[in-house]
Amino acid sequence: MEPIRTLRSRTVVLPVSDVDTDQIIPARFLTTTTREGLGKHLFADWRYAPDGSARPDFVLNQPQAAGCTVLVAGRNFGCGSSREHAPWALTDFGLRAVISTQFADIFRSNALKNGLLPVLLEQDAHRWLLEHPGADVTIDLESTTLTLPTGAAVHFPLEPFARYCLTNGVDELGFLLGRAAQIDSYESQRSRP
Amino acid sequence: MAAPQTLFEKVWRHHEVVAETADTPAVLYIDLHLIHEVTSPQAFTVLRQRGLGLRRPERTFATMDHSTPTRTEQVFGDAPITLEDAARQVSELERNCAAFGVELLGLRDARRGIVHIIGPELGLTQPGKTVVCGDSHTSTHGALGALAFGIGTTEVGHVFATQCLLQRKPRTLAINVNGALQPGVTAKDLILAIIGRIGVGGGTGHVIEYRGETIRALDMDARMTVCNMSIEAGARAGMIAPDETTFRYLAGRPRAPQSEAWAAALERWQQLPGDPGARFDREVDIDAAALEPMMTFGTNPGMVIPIGGTIPERTGDPAFAKSLAYMGFAPGERIQEHPVNVVFVGSCTNGRLSDLRAAASLLRGRKIASGVHMLVVPGSQQVKRDAEAEGLDRIFIDAGAEWRESGCSMCLGMNGDLVPKGHYAVSTSNRNFEGRQGIGARTLLASPLTAAACAVRGRVTDPRELL
Repeated sequence: MEPIRTLRSRTVVLPVSDVDTDQIIPARFLTTTTREGLGKHLFADWRYAPDGSARPDFVLNQPQAAGCTVLVAGRNFGCGSSREHAPWALTDFGLRAVISTQFADIFRSNALKNGLLPVLLEQDAHRWLLEHPGADVTIDLESTTLTLPTGAAVHFPLEPFARYCLTNGVDELGFLLGRAAQIDSYESQRSRP
Repeated sequence: MAAPQTLFEKVWRHHEVVAETADTPAVLYIDLHLIHEVTSPQAFTVLRQRGLGLRRPERTFATMDHSTPTRTEQVFGDAPITLEDAARQVSELERNCAAFGVELLGLRDARRGIVHIIGPELGLTQPGKTVVCGDSHTSTHGALGALAFGIGTTEVGHVFATQCLLQRKPRTLAINVNGALQPGVTAKDLILAIIGRIGVGGGTGHVIEYRGETIRALDMDARMTVCNMSIEAGARAGMIAPDETTFRYLAGRPRAPQSEAWAAALERWQQLPGDPGARFDREVDIDAAALEPMMTFGTNPGMVIPIGGTIPERTGDPAFAKSLAYMGFAPGERIQEHPVNVVFVGSCTNGRLSDLRAAASLLRGRKIASGVHMLVVPGSQQVKRDAEAEGLDRIFIDAGAEWRESGCSMCLGMNGDLVPKGHYAVSTSNRNFEGRQGIGARTLLASPLTAAACAVRGRVTDPRELL
């Protein structure tokens, strides 16, 4: 996993609440057995018309979305299915952070394991971002702040462990494998099956 | 004396390999890891890349349900699986399980079924266990007093390699349900009403414990329906304290403890219910006696009303308007009497024997309306055999429905069982998201009783009219 310390990007705004992972990547694309190349299916049914052409009114199809790595979405982003294909599709598309006022638990956990930063903002800053699409923002993981173009810096919560993993590009599996002695001892102490 | 603990806290503490600190999450031990063909292949790939094996293959159990066909000739005959990618996914699971020593209930195994139906059915799911699966509806297993939650594929890999997960301790939410459910009102209506009340994000960060006399009076199938949809309220898990109903359900199941081990297990399980005075972070009270049959009208399970109700108005909410436009509905409109094209009875929410019995009770001696396509998909091959032994298959077939082999089927259409664009499907499944049952499909979530009533009339129908 690539370490992330600072992200700087214009935002792309999808002002929809309760975006479920079936929208992020529909189930018919889950028959894959790899994690690569899913960006082309990101928001497939919102991005493409039935004939496969891009819908010009969908925000990710608009020219100003090109190169943006930060998505601003409505409340409760990533609800529903646990499919990790959702963060795989978002990152393969080129996104590195999603900003919302609430993230679904499993999505948030999956995102952090794939170098996709869930930025949980309070209402006022979030509303400002919804109202100012294309705003230049800087997200700093050391200080866990998001800086708006107005210069205002807003704190966002991020657990120390998640921050450590993201900023050092550490994956959790290595950390867990390092706990083998404790797991051995737990297993041997436990009386029940 | 130790502080009183909730059911969740007892199970959590018992599985802490390393407790959480301010800087690090807990290392939580996993007793039972269920896997299926959709969310496991990339995790096996990581094991191969890192040269790792499974720490505890005997705690890992595989089946296939999402991509699998439901047509008998494709399951047991020579007809090939229609979708090439689905066929590849099925064969990759077979290959991975063989290579890593995982027990697999394969396509033609008599014990195969939807992963959340067969875990309890085989007695693998037990009170006090931690159960995970790369599938959000793992919350189902909490009905037996297990702590059961869905995980991503990276975490599937973590459990493969270490039998553990890194987890922050969730908060607790008690949902206290009291009062008797009225005739025609079921566990599905109850959970839909709960989601409508707390919202699709209302349980985020929490483990729900369903409590109260209404819950105690539910049988295990109904309890599983309730816990299954905990995730639709955003909850990490849903749990119900084990009691005599749970123990009677488990006794004699093939993977449940037997003889002396049973007595010892029972003693442990009886200690699991929350202590008197144990505190929850939040509590919500529900009056079950006031509930009616429920049906969704929008594109998430929280957009739900009593079946005779009117679609609410929410001015200044573009997402709500977009959702109604997708459904072809308008604020102030009633859903009752709206024409129905498809009826689906099945899924990990409502694919158990009592669900099929409920649907069959309304279809006995009746025909489904002309033009309605009704699909009945048992949750497991065992459910299918039990239903056939009671003659339920004949009731469905005689009424004009299709009777299939088990699987997730039309709940998410990965196997090609799809609702056509624009069609209205009354479905006993768990998600009415845009496109969930097929591109442009319009899903109305309801109970098996309501689904059967809608099939008979060809219109959205209150099942109490046909009882």
